[in-house]
Amino acid sequence: MSVPLHTDLSDPMLPVAVRIASVARETHDTCTLVTEPVDSGGLPAFQPGQFSMLYSYGVGEVPISVSGDPGVPDRLVYTIRSVGAVSGALVNRSPGDTISMRGPFGSPWPVEAARGRDVLLVAGGIGLAPLRPVIYHILRHRADYGRFTILYGARSPKELLFTKELKAWSAAPDTQVLTTVDTGGASWRGHVGVVTKFFRFVKLRPQQTVAMTCGPEIMMRFVMRELDAQKVADENIYLSMELNMKCAVGFCGHCQMGPYFLCKDGPVFRYAEMRRWMGGRHEL
Amino acid sequence: MNACLPDIRSAVRIDCQGLGSLIAAIRRRGYQVIGPHLQDGAISYGPIQEIEDLPIGWTAEQGPAFYRLQRRSDSAMFQYAAGPKSLKDFIHPSEIRLFSAVREEGAFRILPNSDPAPRYAFLGVRACELAAAGIQDRVLLEGRYSDPIYRARRGNSIIIAVQCSAPSEVCFCTSMGTGPRAEAGFDLALTELIGPGSHEFVVEVGTQLGAELLSEIEFSDASPDLRNQAQAATQAAAASIQRRLDTNGLREVLRDNFDHPHWDDVAQRCLACGNCTQVCPTCFCVNVEDSTDVAGQTAERWRRWDSCYSLAFTYIHGGSVRVSTKSRYRQWLTHKLSYWHDQFASSGCVGCGRCIAWCPAGIDLTQEVAAIRAATNQTEGTK
Ligand SMILES: Cc1cc2nc3c(=O)[nH]c(=O)nc-3n(C[C@H](O)[C@H](O)[C@H](O)COP(=O)(O)OP(=O)(O)OC[C@H]3O[C@@H](n4cnc5c(N)ncnc54)[C@H](O)[C@@H]3O)c2cc1C
Ligand code: SF4
Ligand code: SF4
Repeated sequence: MSVPLHTDLSDPMLPVAVRIASVARETHDTCTLVTEPVDSGGLPAFQPGQFSMLYSYGVGEVPISVSGDPGVPDRLVYTIRSVGAVSGALVNRSPGDTISMRGPFGSPWPVEAARGRDVLLVAGGIGLAPLRPVIYHILRHRADYGRFTILYGARSPKELLFTKELKAWSAAPDTQVLTTVDTGGASWRGHVGVVTKFFRFVKLRPQQTVAMTCGPEIMMRFVMRELDAQKVADENIYLSMELNMKCAVGFCGHCQMGPYFLCKDGPVFRYAEMRRWMGGRHEL
Repeated sequence: MNACLPDIRSAVRIDCQGLGSLIAAIRRRGYQVIGPHLQDGAISYGPIQEIEDLPIGWTAEQGPAFYRLQRRSDSAMFQYAAGPKSLKDFIHPSEIRLFSAVREEGAFRILPNSDPAPRYAFLGVRACELAAAGIQDRVLLEGRYSDPIYRARRGNSIIIAVQCSAPSEVCFCTSMGTGPRAEAGFDLALTELIGPGSHEFVVEVGTQLGAELLSEIEFSDASPDLRNQAQAATQAAAASIQRRLDTNGLREVLRDNFDHPHWDDVAQRCLACGNCTQVCPTCFCVNVEDSTDVAGQTAERWRRWDSCYSLAFTYIHGGSVRVSTKSRYRQWLTHKLSYWHDQFASSGCVGCGRCIAWCPAGIDLTQEVAAIRAATNQTEGTK
């Protein structure tokens, strides 16, 4: 599949400036940045699942997935959780500021291959952001897909992303959205527990389901166990992997896991390809 | 000066004076000659102005965690095996600025590096080093993306190889199929021949550029006898190499022995210092570092060699992925000898032995592999 690239192929380490059009606060530590071109040059198209390297001048550059709507051109949207130096600098930006980017890079979610089939998304924490473009795409082309199920877990109610949208999505035809938190607190009326507990409620049609999952690796491992039990084939399960990335073009070597460079062979993999290298096998 | 242009793939003869003229001819063309010289107690690559800069009369003894310069009884210039540096030090430099950025009206403007790439002529390059450069080409040039720094430096370079006739105890190029004889990838290849009262070179012509360089200096025909001597020198070198790495099925052996107890054994000895990755001519991993000046008016991005032996290498928010020394040694060796095949359709090792000589703990990958194989065969035998 050919993937459109904004990055200058003759110098893939050279970032281009983009302007921040707006900043929306999602939670106490997470913001969504809408970026637009600084000049008339336009922004590249992206495919759901791809990521950019976002550069905060002098601070550093980190991989961040595009979280916006693939149907809206010339805007690239990112949802960033502040966990350290670079992500912290990025979420503290104001409209009108410029940052720089390279990309988008990486393999997409299989939205085309999933056409005509049931789609199950399982997200944990910030992992909902890389899956949001899939949701936009499916809801825009709702008739092209079968049953649509979104399972989402966060640590606590105040960590939940896109809460208004979650409600709106659950109102779409033949679409089920289930949200849970690890610890609820007194005012929480929703589900409590890990996201995998929903596998007891949702009735999958394993033969025609394509599953996509993104979240902490430990969560994804438990999701794999459930999907195995439900007899969803490894070839129809996709996950987005994460490791340190310094270049996104296969030069820095940091993101290797088994034979793969997560940046250029992934970040989205079929479980069938990744299974051997997951489960903590690399970390012992 | 010879008016004629020697044919590509022909061989001619030059003497020491001719070698001096060759160095001068290359420099006249605006190249910096990088060749062997004595530095920090080793025969290393560095700038060469004239033949007096070469390690005349020196060689080195090598072994696990061992490297010592030694005097020879003759005035040989190229009778030593690979030292700590390789072409990588020049074409994939250990640190380089990728760009700078200046603040203008509140926004930063990115200024790409405009320094012209140096034009290097490498002298004394061995077959294993040519193979290593070929491997780095696949990593840094021939994939989906290509690195402009490497591309410019590699594309600009002249290669004057030397057919190896003095392998060291750590060499195992014969196991890796990378030497000691270089068949291609050079502009010129010298074989140094020293006899009683004679010191001369057979020069094989690899490219048009090589032929043109020769046409600027004195050379004569290489007699059949002299060519036979040159052939015999590399054959003798091949025969003298004792160290072996059994590559048969090696890719699978390492991939399938992830949980082998021998990894714990190596981890007891490995210091995770990363020396092996620094001296290895194929290791390519880098870090990317951003910084600003104190006033915040200019920013820079630098690229520096990195090592999979560092804890920070796999750091992600919350902690590193490969925490133990065991996991890091295993990653290095398995990448080099197994995953490399998946990624770049060849082994990542050329058998130069640098990682053996320069490991402070004397860890020898050929022995580690043999140990894993031996125990694997045993368990299979008792099943
Ligand atoms: C493909 C991919 C997509 C991602 N998408 C998103 C997203 O949409 N939203 C979001 O909030 N986060 C995302 N992340 C995680 C994000 O990149 C890290 O949170 C970020 O790098 C942390 O950098 P820091 O400097 O703020 O943290 P520090 O803890 O200060 O990290 C220091 C350095 O380590 C490296 N590093 C640390 N954590 C990670 C990590 N998890 N992944 C890769 N490198 C890391 C970075 O180079 C970082 O600069 C993604 C990661 C990957 C690999
Ligand atoms: S792994 Fe060791 S022997 Fe092989 S190419 Fe690298 S330094 Fe040389
Ligand atoms: S193998 Fe040797 S050189 Fe390499 S990291 Fe371990 S101690 Fe250092």
